[in-house]
Amino acid sequence: MIARDRVVGMTLTEKILARHAGRDRVRPGDFVVAKVDLVLGNDITAPVAIKEFERMGAERVFDPDKIALVPDHFTPNKDIKSAEQVQLMRNFARKHGIMHFFELGEMGIEHCLLPEKGMIVPGDLVVGADSHTCTYGALGAFSTGVGSTDMAAAMATGELWFRVPETIKFVFNGRLGRWVGGKDLILYTIGKIGVDGARYKAMEFVGEAISSLSVEGRLTMANMAIEAGAKNGIFMPDEKVVEYLRGRTTRSYEMLTSDEDADYSQVFEFDAGDIEPQVALPHLPENSRPVKEVAGVPIDQVVIGSCTNGRIEDLRVAADILRGKRVARGIRCIVIPGTQAVYLQAVREGLVETFIEAGAVVSTPTCGPCLGGHMGVLAAGERAIATTNRNFVGRMGHPKSEVYLSGPAVAAASAVAGEIVSPEEVL
Amino acid sequence: MKAVGRAWRFGDNIDTDAIIPARYLNTSDPQELAAHCMEDADPDFVKKVSKGDIIVAGANFGCGSSREHAPICIKAAGISCVIARSFARIFFRNSINIGLPIFECPEAVDDVEDGDKLEVHMGEGRIVNLTKGREYSAQPLSEEIQQIIADGGLVGHIRKRVQAGA
Repeated sequence: MIARDRVVGMTLTEKILARHAGRDRVRPGDFVVAKVDLVLGNDITAPVAIKEFERMGAERVFDPDKIALVPDHFTPNKDIKSAEQVQLMRNFARKHGIMHFFELGEMGIEHCLLPEKGMIVPGDLVVGADSHTCTYGALGAFSTGVGSTDMAAAMATGELWFRVPETIKFVFNGRLGRWVGGKDLILYTIGKIGVDGARYKAMEFVGEAISSLSVEGRLTMANMAIEAGAKNGIFMPDEKVVEYLRGRTTRSYEMLTSDEDADYSQVFEFDAGDIEPQVALPHLPENSRPVKEVAGVPIDQVVIGSCTNGRIEDLRVAADILRGKRVARGIRCIVIPGTQAVYLQAVREGLVETFIEAGAVVSTPTCGPCLGGHMGVLAAGERAIATTNRNFVGRMGHPKSEVYLSGPAVAAASAVAGEIVSPEEVL
Repeated sequence: MKAVGRAWRFGDNIDTDAIIPARYLNTSDPQELAAHCMEDADPDFVKKVSKGDIIVAGANFGCGSSREHAPICIKAAGISCVIARSFARIFFRNSINIGLPIFECPEAVDDVEDGDKLEVHMGEGRIVNLTKGREYSAQPLSEEIQQIIADGGLVGHIRKRVQAGA
């Protein structure tokens, strides 16, 4: 049996789905019912899920410790309706004894917060009613976005059906250049394969440049797998993941990885050394190109933060560029730490001082401007460069506004220049 | 089940922010959401659309956010079904779960023009273009999925099964 199983190996995605479905092996295209380790919802999606949960006639959640409710999109509540949505979540959490309801003061942007709290370990299966739930693949977990009805079903039963996806492997050889980070690698990748290039599939990231990338950089990359249409993004857990989780979790976990003879539907190989800092032009993340080709585009606003780039490493990169400089006159630069812990760390390291001295504003953690919610909405004709993940029509405000996507280095440099520039230009 | 209505054409990669902009997501009321359906793709869409009409779009329809509000608002706006070259994964799953019929049919997407009158036979996946006098075939929805849609979505479907079993 063992010998036969080894004829064709499994990818990490397949292994995790198989284990959670109680099966020895699965193949792409199989339909499985799998147990979930964590179910997530936010202040937009959880209210719908809670109503569906109640309409289902469910009386209790499958495990109150395996549900996380994070009000982050329109918080601190921007209006009465948003306050009512969070109230619904808060009451539901109380009623069902859900401890992982993160009230203001504890909350952060969900995909920055949950890894930081050690709530995901390698080998986990996570579903969340937020498309960027794919972020946790950075820790070697299978993690995917679902809708509110699926969230309700998962809260009630602790399981959900899945079609096992084919896996595309992306190998990044070589070393990263100066000012090139996870954001640049993922924008480059989406530019190569398009916004539906990995539709329904798993994106697996490996190679020398990936091994050298921090866990934070990997979280940034996995976060944007959905922008290529993927079901999940995934990385092999390594010593860096173990180090990241030390002190964050007491759970034991196994370091599952893809078999060497696993089957891939496609394999792409890139030389990381060839990849320059990237910018994605409106109105799709696939419109990425080297920043030099976009240089000189005037901007009105800069946003540094979000579930893609709201971690301490991102703020350090931005501060390194802004230190001792000024945001150009007429440019609004908004910095949003992803969580309270990131915020506090940024205060302690003097980063917040750097930002304020440079003329930027620093906000409490929120998704806010990324989705045109609040804290930096654009008017018609305005243009922003943002470290967020989507530049769709109207994403940050008026349908006639524009969003350019980049990593924190390019965004901070552009704030200083008042137009899109390469970081080297301002140093 | 049969749907008859006017075709409204949209291009590739119609994302969920175009279907229902996030600025309206401080509510989950279907009728309130429906008032802004497709607003950032066509600001007058809800004024022009009639009950039973059909959206015909290109590739990757519904890409972006996981917001179930997207298929909810399309359904509440009176759209009887969506035909596209392909659908984004989460949108596809959400549509079935809330009971919005969807069909992948490149043949129809290549031929149907804005304003054509269509008749969609859900069970067979047969799409008749009454304006052009042509027919296209889509992969029919499975019987299980047709039943979920007939029951108004997954929750209604489960409730009905639970009640039948009780």
